[in-house]
Amino acid sequence: MTGATAARGGGAEPAGGPTGEKDHGIHLLQQMLRIRRFEERCAELYSHSLIRGFLHLDIGEEACAVGVIDTLSPDDAVVATYREHGHALARGISMRAAMAELEGKVEGCSRGRGGSMHLFDAATRFYGGNAIVGGGLPIAVGLALADHLQGRRVVTACFFGDGAVAEGEFHESMNLAALWHLPVLFCCENNLYAMGTALDRSESETDLSLKAASYRVPSWEVDGMDVLAVEDAARSAVETVRAGGGPHFLELRTYRFRAHSMYDPDRYRDKAEIEQWKQRDPIPLLAERLTASGVLTDGDLERIEGEVGAEVDDAVAFAEAGTYEATEDLERFVTSEPVRAGEAS
Amino acid sequence: MTTDDPIHTLSEAVNQAMDIAMAEDPDVFALGEDIEDPIGGVMKGTKGLSTKYGRERVRNTPISEQAIVGAAIGASLVGMRPIAEVMLMDFFAVAMDQVANHAAKLRYMSGGRTNVPITIRTSVGGGRQFGAQHSQSLEAWMMHIPGLKVAVPSTPHDAKGLLYSCIFDDDPCIFMETMSLLFTRGPVPPGRFGIPLGVADVKRAGDDVTVVTWGWQVPEALAAAETLADEGISVEVVDLRTLVPLDRDAILRSVAKTTRAVVVHAATQFAGPGAEIASLVGHELFGRLSAPVERLGAAYSPVPYAAELESLHYPERKRIAATIRAMA
Ligand SMILES: Cc1ncc(C[n+]2csc(CCOP(=O)(O)OP(=O)(O)O)c2C)c(N)n1
Ligand SMILES: [Mg+2]
Repeated sequence: MTGATAARGGGAEPAGGPTGEKDHGIHLLQQMLRIRRFEERCAELYSHSLIRGFLHLDIGEEACAVGVIDTLSPDDAVVATYREHGHALARGISMRAAMAELEGKVEGCSRGRGGSMHLFDAATRFYGGNAIVGGGLPIAVGLALADHLQGRRVVTACFFGDGAVAEGEFHESMNLAALWHLPVLFCCENNLYAMGTALDRSESETDLSLKAASYRVPSWEVDGMDVLAVEDAARSAVETVRAGGGPHFLELRTYRFRAHSMYDPDRYRDKAEIEQWKQRDPIPLLAERLTASGVLTDGDLERIEGEVGAEVDDAVAFAEAGTYEATEDLERFVTSEPVRAGEAS
Repeated sequence: MTTDDPIHTLSEAVNQAMDIAMAEDPDVFALGEDIEDPIGGVMKGTKGLSTKYGRERVRNTPISEQAIVGAAIGASLVGMRPIAEVMLMDFFAVAMDQVANHAAKLRYMSGGRTNVPITIRTSVGGGRQFGAQHSQSLEAWMMHIPGLKVAVPSTPHDAKGLLYSCIFDDDPCIFMETMSLLFTRGPVPPGRFGIPLGVADVKRAGDDVTVVTWGWQVPEALAAAETLADEGISVEVVDLRTLVPLDRDAILRSVAKTTRAVVVHAATQFAGPGAEIASLVGHELFGRLSAPVERLGAAYSPVPYAAELESLHYPERKRIAATIRAMA
């Protein structure tokens, strides 16, 4: 994974994963299940209007967030998009704080001011969901620049979709990170669609790793439905970036099982295509492998589901018991001090 | 407009204006994200148009706002009349170089040797818990750049007539489609018609207080006027329809009659369009006003997600009524 040309086809490791540890495989499974069950509940709460606004589910893509973020250390940073619940949970934002945010409660990680697209938590170095396509990339470059200037050997993992590569911000950020040799791991979650637009209707060059290569950023194409493959690629990439190898690029090939957002009737994708991808659902894929290698029993799976279900229930109860921010605080946090910037009295 | 005009949503009215413009002028074309069928624009503004006119003239683009607006500008320099769609007004921030430094200035910088007849359609969020990056009403920003025209319809009728005029206007026009009004219904005359840019419309006549407003806040002001009518306060609602050109005469005519004015808008109150209008009224009608001009705009904050905070962020009918009551 060095040099200017793209290293292609970082394939899946055999069952059991890079560490081969029982607990580790189960840990990855549990993380993906936490995201899946959390988001399924979000969809329900949305239909009851307890969550409102825009809601973008990551269902089907959990292996990307889990596989990459699991290889990061607590000092590393993460930047994500509006489809970021999974990344936030994998990073360690509590389910309670995430759910409370989605319900607009003051106990949420952004005090209910951000909502689903703006989960943020400096304590876990999770520098935000972001509702502007491509908007996170330059910020990731800046985080990495500061780490470089202040002498920290840490990595910034920046997630974005295939749609973002059409924005100028993608190209400016790739170039700058490469030019300054900054510790950024660019993680492109290529789910083949940007809203209703298929990749080949949006990009003249659909091989996204070539774009990275054109900036002399080493890149890997990874099966984004296989959490072990993602983790494996991410681990080597993170190690190289951390060791001073400059920015790296992972193209995670994945698919969203649900519509773009709760507003999207999803009429632009072939049902057969969706079904085909569902056959590669990252959760059963890992569970079956762990079962086949004797690591996971039915009992384990039941226990995990139980724990995850209880965690989701607890988060929902927490959010529902939460409070709304006092309306007199509407103009609080606009600036560092409550400046009377206008006639805000 | 007669009462038997067919009833349509504002979104359908927008669609009709584009349809008519494309049918009559082959130089009219549209470009933007997800504007082709089957999506037909996330707010359905271009629904059916790619099917009718083909994908050459109703073009899906990648997520590249700067290139969408810039390509529209380029095509307009040689006589085409592009309709660019920027999905949400917040995303103007990504396209702003082309909007502010190029579209707005080419006519002037060339000594009048070119014009830039583009229309940029955009949806404006607000009131739906879309959060800080999907809810901004940025008309003041557009007004502050000499060279741009700004239209903000509040009814399906006005949307159709104004959009038709924007498309055939020789200057860059920003056409704001308020999301919370997009699926409200009203009579829309069939066939082609334009509403001249720069002509306000009195949406309700009254004697005691003038509300000057546009877009989203027009129905809020009308609702407040209705409530106040029962209390014996007669409110005139002036819908500006376009902010540039600004129909100064209509504002002054109304306020000269009522002697009291409130300007209401969803844009941030601080340094908002209301300041310009209040200054105009104060200057021109100094000494004839019965009360200082009041302004009601959005709070000085990004738009919060939480429902209660958000509802307090924007003006709404109750606050408009309370403000009027206090000055009448
Ligand atoms: C600058 C900007 N333009 C347009 C949008 C509207 N929008 C939101 S998500 C999206 C599609 C993004 O697709 P992709 O980057 O592939 O991410 P995915 O949703 O597939 O995860 C679009 C066009 C936006 N949020 N920001
Ligand atoms: Mg995508």
